[in-house]
Amino acid sequence: MSMVSVSNLKKSFGKNEVLKDISLEIKDGEIISIIGSSGSGKSTLLRCMNQLETIDSGEIKIDGQTMVSMENGHPVYAPKNTLREIRMKTGLVFQNFNLFPHFSVLRNIIEAPVQVCKIPKDQAIEEARELLKKLGLSDKENSYPCELSGGQSQRVSIARALALKPKVLFFDEPTSALDPELTGEVLKVIKSLTEYHMTMVIVTHEMEFAREISDRMIFMDQGVIVEDATPEEMFQSKNERVRSFLGKFRC
Amino acid sequence: MKEIVESVISLLPYMVEPTITAIKLFFLTLLFGLPLGMILALGRMSKLAIIRYPIQFYNLVMRGTPLILQLYLIYYQIPKWIQMYNPEFRFDRFTAVVVGFSINYAAYFCEIYRGGIQGIPKGQYEAAKMLGFTKTQTFFRIILPQVIKRILPPLGSEFMVLVKDTSLAHVIGVAELYLFSTNQMATRGSMTPVVVAGVFYLIMNWIVEKGFLVLEKRLSYYE
Repeated sequence: MSMVSVSNLKKSFGKNEVLKDISLEIKDGEIISIIGSSGSGKSTLLRCMNQLETIDSGEIKIDGQTMVSMENGHPVYAPKNTLREIRMKTGLVFQNFNLFPHFSVLRNIIEAPVQVCKIPKDQAIEEARELLKKLGLSDKENSYPCELSGGQSQRVSIARALALKPKVLFFDEPTSALDPELTGEVLKVIKSLTEYHMTMVIVTHEMEFAREISDRMIFMDQGVIVEDATPEEMFQSKNERVRSFLGKFRC
Repeated sequence: MKEIVESVISLLPYMVEPTITAIKLFFLTLLFGLPLGMILALGRMSKLAIIRYPIQFYNLVMRGTPLILQLYLIYYQIPKWIQMYNPEFRFDRFTAVVVGFSINYAAYFCEIYRGGIQGIPKGQYEAAKMLGFTKTQTFFRIILPQVIKRILPPLGSEFMVLVKDTSLAHVIGVAELYLFSTNQMATRGSMTPVVVAGVFYLIMNWIVEKGFLVLEKRLSYYE
C-alpha cells in the first residue's frame, strides 16, 4: 500500500522554479533517502509533503487521505480538519531541532500528546520516559534545551516526534547542524528506529548512512528526480550527474 | 539641617494621598493598557491591510503627539461629544486620565509586543504546527512565554517612564505628587517639597526596577 503519494508536484518561489513536476510513491514501511546537492529542491519537497509550503500544482496523498488535489487547473487543499488529521499521521525532525526552549526535555515530549491528543499526563510521562531511555537520554528529562549538546537536542526532537506515534517520519537534514561525532550518535538513533517498521523519509547528505539504511534512494537535481533506485543501483548509476555527485563522497 | 528635617517630616503626612493617586494611576494604566496593547499588536501584524494600517496610524498619533495634549483633548473634548447624546454625562478627572494613559501606553506596549513576537524564530511555529497544536495553543503555550522573557527589558523601561509620566495628570487637576509638591513649593517658598517628591518617584522606580530584575532572574532558567 502507498503511504505517501506525490504526483506532478510543482513549486516556485517567485520566478525560481524549485520543484518541476515531481512524482513519487512511498510504500508503507519503506525507508527512503532523498539526496542531491544544496538547492536541488529536497527540503522544499519535504516541506510540501508536510504542509509547511503550499504547492503551485499537483497532488499529494498521505496514507490514502488526499491532502491536495487539482481542480480546474488549481491545487485545492482538503478541509482544515482533514489537514490536521493528516498532520497527526506525519512527524518531522528539523535540521535545527526547533525544540521549545522554555520547556524541559520531558515537557517538550509530552506537551503535544497531552494537549493535542488528550492522553492522560501520567501515561504520556511514562511513554516519554520509555522513549528517552531508548534514545539514551534518561538522565536529561529535567534539563532544558539550552543545556543539551546538538546531538542530544536532535535526539530529543526525534523523541518528541515519536511520542505522537506517526505513521510517517520525515527528517530534514537531521545532522547538518552537527559535528561529525554528534552526527554519528544521531544516525545511530535513526538506525535504531528501523525496528518500529515506520515509514521514514530522510533528506540527508550522509551518503554511507543513506546507503545502509534505505530501501530506496532518490537523487534530485535542479527540481527534478533524476534517479530513484535501490542503494546498490544508485551507487552504480550510469547517470553522469549522479556519478559525479556520489563521486565527491568517495575518498 | 534640623529645619530641613522638620520641614520634610511635616510634609510626609500630606504626601501619602498624592502618592497613592500616582500609584493607582500607574496600576490602572497597566491593567487596561497591557491587554489593549496586545490586541493592537495582533492587529498590527494582521495580514489584512484594513486592520494593519489603521493601527499603524493610531500608534503614530499616540506616540507622535504629546501625552499632555492628549489628556487635554480627552478631558475637555470627549465629554462634549458624548453630551450631544447624553447631556447628563460628566467625565471624572481621574477617569479621564486613566483613559488617556491607557490608550496612549497601549500604543507603546503594542510595539514592544510586536518586536517580541516577531523575534520568535519561524521554526517554533513550524514545530508547533507539525505537532498538531492549534493556533491558539501555539500562541499561548509556545510563543507568548518566550515573548514575555524577551520583552522584559524594554517593558521595564516603559514602566519606569510611566511612573514619571503620572505627573502629567496634574494638567487636568488630578492631585498627584507633582501638583502637590509644586503647590507646596509655592506656599512654603522652599524647594524641599520638590526634592522630596523626586525622592518618592525614585523610590517607586527603584521598586519597579527590582521587580523586573527578579522576573528576569526567574525566567533565566532557559535561553
